[in-house]
Amino acid sequence: MSEHVDSVRTYTAVWLVLLLATGLTTAVAYVDLGAFSVVVALLIAVIKMLLVALFFMHVRHSTKLTKLVVVGGLLWLGILITFTLADIWTRGLIGTPGR
Amino acid sequence: MANHAHAETLALREQFDTAEQQKDASTLGMWVFLITEIMFFGGMFLLYTVYRDIYFPVFALASSSLNAVIGAINTAVLLCSSFTMVLAVRASQLGQRNALIIFLILTLILGFVFLGVKAYEWNEKFQEHHVPGPTFHLEGTGEQGEAQLFFSLYFAMTGLHALHMVIGCGIMTWLLVQAWKRKFTPEYMTPVDVGGLYWHFVDIIWIFLFPLLYLIDRHLGR
Repeated sequence: MSEHVDSVRTYTAVWLVLLLATGLTTAVAYVDLGAFSVVVALLIAVIKMLLVALFFMHVRHSTKLTKLVVVGGLLWLGILITFTLADIWTRGLIGTPGR
Repeated sequence: MANHAHAETLALREQFDTAEQQKDASTLGMWVFLITEIMFFGGMFLLYTVYRDIYFPVFALASSSLNAVIGAINTAVLLCSSFTMVLAVRASQLGQRNALIIFLILTLILGFVFLGVKAYEWNEKFQEHHVPGPTFHLEGTGEQGEAQLFFSLYFAMTGLHALHMVIGCGIMTWLLVQAWKRKFTPEYMTPVDVGGLYWHFVDIIWIFLFPLLYLIDRHLGR
C-alpha cells in the first residue's frame, strides 16, 4: 500500500492546537467585539474544521478526485447559504408594489 | 502494494485491480455520503441563521442562557475522541492490534462521556422549563414563542448530532469486535479508516454547533 502513516507527534500537535482553539473561542466569546464576535467564532471554527479534515481525515493524502468531491460539497453548501441569505437580507430594500 | 497473495484473496474484491484502488473507492464513497450529511446539517444551520436574524434579541437571550462551560468541556471531550480515533486508524495501518483495540475502547468511552454530559445538559433544560411545550418559560422576555423556536432548533440540532454519536458508538463497537477477531491487517483496514471518517465528521458538526448555539451572543451579556 502507498499509505501515508503520519507520526504521533503530528497528530498530537494538531490535537493540542484544537484544544487551544476551543479555549480561545470560549474566552473570546465574553469579549465585546460587536458584530465581529460571529466572524471570529466562525473563523476559529473553520480553522478547526480544516485541521480535522486535512490531518485527522487525511484529506491532504487523499486522491485528487476525493479532494474535488470535498471542495464541491462545500461549494454547494455555500450556494445554499449565500442565495438564501441574499434573499432574506435584501427583502424590503426595494419597495414592492402591492405590499 | 499488497503482495501477499493470501491477504489479497481475503481482502480484494474482484471488481478492483489493486488494493489501493479498492481503498480509494471506499474513501470516495464515504466522502460522498458525508457530503449528503453536510447538506442535511447545512439546512439546519441555515434555518438557525435565518431565524436568529429575524428574531434577534430573543435568540441572543436564549443562546446566552445555555451553559457555555459545559459546552466547551464537551467540545474538548469530542476533540480528544477524534485524537484517539486517529491513533486507532494509525495503529491499524501499522498492524498493531492491541493498540487498535485500546484506542477504539478509548474513543468509545469518550463518545459515551459526551452523550452523558449531553444528557445532563438536557436534563437541566427540563428543570429550567426551557423545553418547548406548555410549561416553557424563559426569563427576561415577553416573546415566549420566539424563545421556544430557539430551543426547538437547539433540541433538533443537538439531538440529531447526538443520534449521530449513538450511531458512531455502534460503529466503534462493531470495529472493536472485528479487531478482536483479527479481521484487520495493514493491507486491509478500510472499515477502520472509513469509520474514522464518520467519527471525525460528527466532530466537525459539533465544532460548528458549539460556537453558533452557545457562544456568538455571549458578549451582549444577559
